[in-house]
Amino acid sequence: MIGIQPIDQYARDISDEKQHSVIDGSSAGTEKRYYVLHKDYPDPDKLRKLAASIKDHTLNHLGDYLAKAEKSLTERGVKVHFASTDEDARQTILSILRGHGVSQLTKSKSMAAEEIHLNPFLIENGVECLESDLGEFIIQLDGDEPSHIVKPIIHKNRREIARTFQREGVATDYNDDPETITRRARVHFRKKYMEAQAVITGANFVCADTGRMVLATNEGNSRFGMAPVPVHIALVGIEKIIPEQKDLAVFLNLLGRSATGQQLTVYTEFINGPRSANQPDGPDHMHVVFMDNGRTDVLASNCKEILRCIRCGACQNVCPVYRQASGHAYRSTYGGPIGAVLSPILFGKRFPELADLPKASSLCGACNEVCPVDIPIPDLLLRLRDKAKREEIPSAGAIPMSPFAHLATSPSLWRTAMTMSKAMNHLPIQVAPIKPLQDWLGQRTLPESHGGDFRKWMKNRKNASG
Amino acid sequence: MSRAAIFAKIESATSVLKTKVPYPDYDMSLVHSAPKLEGTDLWEIFSRNFSAVNGKPMNSVEQLIDFLKTNNQLRGYCDPALYDSIGGALAAAGLTVETEYDRERFEDYQFGITRATGAIAESGSVILDDYKTSHRLAALSPWVHVAVVERSEIHRTIPDAIAAFGDSPNIIWCTGPSKTADVEGILIEGVHGPGEQIALLR
Repeated sequence: MIGIQPIDQYARDISDEKQHSVIDGSSAGTEKRYYVLHKDYPDPDKLRKLAASIKDHTLNHLGDYLAKAEKSLTERGVKVHFASTDEDARQTILSILRGHGVSQLTKSKSMAAEEIHLNPFLIENGVECLESDLGEFIIQLDGDEPSHIVKPIIHKNRREIARTFQREGVATDYNDDPETITRRARVHFRKKYMEAQAVITGANFVCADTGRMVLATNEGNSRFGMAPVPVHIALVGIEKIIPEQKDLAVFLNLLGRSATGQQLTVYTEFINGPRSANQPDGPDHMHVVFMDNGRTDVLASNCKEILRCIRCGACQNVCPVYRQASGHAYRSTYGGPIGAVLSPILFGKRFPELADLPKASSLCGACNEVCPVDIPIPDLLLRLRDKAKREEIPSAGAIPMSPFAHLATSPSLWRTAMTMSKAMNHLPIQVAPIKPLQDWLGQRTLPESHGGDFRKWMKNRKNASG
Repeated sequence: MSRAAIFAKIESATSVLKTKVPYPDYDMSLVHSAPKLEGTDLWEIFSRNFSAVNGKPMNSVEQLIDFLKTNNQLRGYCDPALYDSIGGALAAAGLTVETEYDRERFEDYQFGITRATGAIAESGSVILDDYKTSHRLAALSPWVHVAVVERSEIHRTIPDAIAAFGDSPNIIWCTGPSKTADVEGILIEGVHGPGEQIALLR
């Protein structure tokens, strides 16, 4: 439809039920985060500014730190791989799995794996691949896509989940009690973990000095996935590196609080190698796949600050546009403010297609204010809008601004227009003189115009004081 | 091939930077949470923060026996190194205690008792690692996990615990029982990991 951006169309069509789920879930997240940060720290701002400078330092010296991480991991018996593209990453993982004769595995939540659509690829290639995070599992059963970074099923309610469990045979009957749903998933998974031959995880951080990678989860799915299997593969974006283990204190204190309002997630795992010789459980083989997939292009762009992101989802929770439109409206792995910046540039080929996302923001600045690594998201959105203009990407829904510019630079025309605008209050939208303006007004409720009142008031005020 | 390409692209993106951000010199006290650290006795501070995340701190084997009986968790595993001090007392009280973990029967264990590598007072976390945990699965598959914590191994802060990492390839901080809030944001405990996380002081 001409005149409407895809994201607006999505927001318009979203069901009330889904919208309520998203609004409730995201606003609860924002409140908890705010409460916990301020209870624990007199000035949390200092901490996030520090985190930002550690990340910037690392990104400025990424070649050195990545090489150091590779060396640290290799010395500890980890096989390190590199993947330039999504296809490279998928093929690398498949060949590791084939090398170990793996036909069945569990996978803990990883945005990097979502980004390359790893699950469907592995299943097409004959590897049974089960998502073990409860939310991601439900997404997998439904053939759906996650709509939030840390709460993948923020858009679903318990009734939908209960129907899915019944339909897919996870349960024999319908029961929408959240505790029952969780227990059923527990029972379903335990056998799967023990049957699996490998586990795939992401990583929240990788320390260059020791190669120690961090997995933060609440459910314990990555922990259970790893304990009984001989092979562990971690898929890691190259921007996840931090210089030293001690820096983890800064990032862990920010990650849990920003994501879910917890000081720490229940399980924080620090891994830098296969199991030790005395330990009967755990992988004999560990592989780390460092993935670029557009990240070096971002590093070379004027939006490189977005690579500081630690995937906490705080900007999604606080964003008024995300709350109204939901994550799916962003039509890519990353939704919300982070996605509005990251998706169009990370998936560079798709920039024209996703160029509406940077415009889906009122630039209110809330996303920057909550960001634990102080990413100037509104500035980055403006840079991307500028890019779209320079690359002459056609913009759905934009009103030609030249008539407005003409009006605004001519005082006499402006006065006339102000008086006229009062008359517009009583006219239906359809008579707006320009077609794009009609479309624009069709999606918005404008307050009643008080055209010219301010000028009148100012004039009177001057006369009175003079 | 990918490796060289990635490093070349990083080099071309970073070599053109006019200024580079130096590694910040910072004071670790910045990351300490003063309210969480209130108090002097580390076990007391730990117990308060561990309870706040629904962990159960315990001071005596009697307290543990009482808890297991009340909750009908009567059969489990105990690290053989802890049999003399703990497992034997449980067996004497009528509980079934095995010192071999048989993964074929993983569903049979209702509780698992293993040694912790330490604890963190500030966050209420117990620390497990590959050296002191006799079986990763025994600390994970039962509904109740009992981590046996030695008083001398309680760290005051998160940075202290990181500084003490050592070279174990697998370290896990457990900050309460396994949980999820994926379904409508409602908190449910005991998803994949233990539904009860106990820290027993020794």
